[in-house]
Amino acid sequence: MSQMIHRRNVIVRTEHGLHLSPCSRVAQAALKFRSQVWLTKGSVRADAKSVLDLMTLAAGPGAELTLEVTGDDAPEAVEAILHLFEYDLVSASS
Amino acid sequence: MLVKHGIAVSPGVAIGQSMVLGAESFRIPQRFVSVSAVDAEINRFRISLQAVCTEIEENERVARERLGKQYAAIFTAHLMMVQDHRIVDEIELLVRQKCFSPEFAVSRVFRQYAKKFQNLGVPYLAERATDIFDLEKRVLRQLLGERREELRNIQAPVLILAHNLTPSETASLDKAYVLGFATEVGGTTSHTAILAGALELPAVVGVGNFLSDVAGADTVIIDGSHGAVIIDPDAETLARYRAVEQEHRNFSNRLESIRTLPSVTLDGVGISLYGNIEFPHEAASARQRGGEGIGLYRTEFLYLDASAEPTEEDHYRSYCEVLKAFPDRPVVIRTLDLGADKLPIGFRMEYPEGVNPALSLRSIRLSLQHLDLFRTQLRAIARAACHGDLRIMFPLISTLLELRQAKMILGDVLEDLEEQGIAYRRDIPVGMMMEVPSAAIMAEQFAREVDFFSIGTNDLIQYTLASDRGDPRIANLYRAGDPAIIRLIQIVVKAGQSRGIPVSVCGQMSSDPLFVPLLVGLGLRQLSVTPHLIPEIKELIRKLTISKAENLANRVLRMETANDVESFLRGEHRKLSPESPA
Repeated sequence: MSQMIHRRNVIVRTEHGLHLSPCSRVAQAALKFRSQVWLTKGSVRADAKSVLDLMTLAAGPGAELTLEVTGDDAPEAVEAILHLFEYDLVSASS
Repeated sequence: MLVKHGIAVSPGVAIGQSMVLGAESFRIPQRFVSVSAVDAEINRFRISLQAVCTEIEENERVARERLGKQYAAIFTAHLMMVQDHRIVDEIELLVRQKCFSPEFAVSRVFRQYAKKFQNLGVPYLAERATDIFDLEKRVLRQLLGERREELRNIQAPVLILAHNLTPSETASLDKAYVLGFATEVGGTTSHTAILAGALELPAVVGVGNFLSDVAGADTVIIDGSHGAVIIDPDAETLARYRAVEQEHRNFSNRLESIRTLPSVTLDGVGISLYGNIEFPHEAASARQRGGEGIGLYRTEFLYLDASAEPTEEDHYRSYCEVLKAFPDRPVVIRTLDLGADKLPIGFRMEYPEGVNPALSLRSIRLSLQHLDLFRTQLRAIARAACHGDLRIMFPLISTLLELRQAKMILGDVLEDLEEQGIAYRRDIPVGMMMEVPSAAIMAEQFAREVDFFSIGTNDLIQYTLASDRGDPRIANLYRAGDPAIIRLIQIVVKAGQSRGIPVSVCGQMSSDPLFVPLLVGLGLRQLSVTPHLIPEIKELIRKLTISKAENLANRVLRMETANDVESFLRGEHRKLSPESPA
């Protein structure tokens, strides 16, 4: 069992920031994995599997977030969330 | 614990569980469940949640088919919110560990999130609070099913917390179950506030936004004497307020003992105390509290409660009921004092855009343009006057012509009754409200044409200081202690004295113990007050002497600001009634 934390930085590239619908897409993606997935902005840490928690980040366009994942499927989870932030969310919001 | 401040409109302390009224009214029937019921309750919550999810999925499908994918996304997000494991886990934890009822836990947790969103300082997210309230309602609706309760059939004691209560909603509150209320909007003299006084319910209005801070069934304290609303009080605060509540009860009991004593000053001058009432049945309570008659019977509620125009018989029955409580004492009936937008369907008119209703067609002006409505009321008054000392009072008179017109119509009505051979009283006394500055300034002239004046301080303040009584943002302008108001009262009292006609004050000012010594000092010998305050005002009068009151009035007349006047009067009041809880 791996307790290693997989940590990456992501940038919010959606036009209006992490609004309700991008938040729900992130949560949907995170919920597919067994790992714990967290996103942090400054001092605010949100459970990426909770759409409500994600919204409390109040992350605007260009905000830098830290992604932290722990669990046995962490590498796959990191991969999926990064892909979401880099491609899917950007094209969906345009 | 959270303390919110608003405008104190009806004194007393109420402690109890909240019922939050939104667009839809839900009352949470119980806050706690027994330990043995926890599993069943959690199961009930899960079933309700599942039903809500099915409902939202259906909304999503319909939206996708009819409106397109981007609209359906809203419901996808709602579905994720309502299934959010943070919310679900927290609710289940509260039920399991604290034995909260699922309804109470749902309201609590959803509202915590709504609050969080409102406080993020991002307008978009603040608006999402609305989505959360919507979800809360969906879940509560499933949980409560047929047990949803409405304002009209509350079955257990609650404090009502609402954005606003309409006068008819306030009037329909059942005193057996409603302990008090607080609203986000409203001012001192809104009809809702006046009704709270009539119902003797502690009430605070104009609190500003606070409904998102409170969950249904939270413990709340409403301090109607100081204008405070305390949500989820700590043990110490709760104990302190329980003591205040008891003190109030003792104070009321003591006042009860002076009920049968006369209302005279220490130097033997009688000050007549009358009651202001909204509903006929209040006349009995005014009498029971030692009132010497009715100084103001507001007849608007005859119009507000009915969906159709009240008939002559409706009026007649109500007036006779009031006279039953006071068969041999003065009962002053004020004719219709409503805005055009509050009339029964069929007569109702909206004000054109840009027109200020307070300065437009209302009150006597409306009666003079709707002679059918006006004549119906006058006929009933003239007929009921056979059974006692009934008097007519016209509201909002601004000019002599208006008064003469109103009196002429009364003359016509009496003539008709004569011709029809219907019993009526010919020499019914006619008075007018002094509530428009133009009339107060011309009081000498008016005094020749009426039998009495009654000063309506609420409108007099509004019109003199040009400040809407319902707007908390300018509440600092709307002040009974303003020197301009005191001078206008002086003018009216002097005019009455010089023509030998009685003058009374029937606005909220005369119900405020602070102003009573001043009013007596200005020469008033009649006050008409909220019935439950009669004993307190009488106790105060019994401690006054006319010479002291006159000295006090002379000092006040030299003051320049409302602040000076009110702080001086507060000091004097403390000397007179050191033990009063107000």
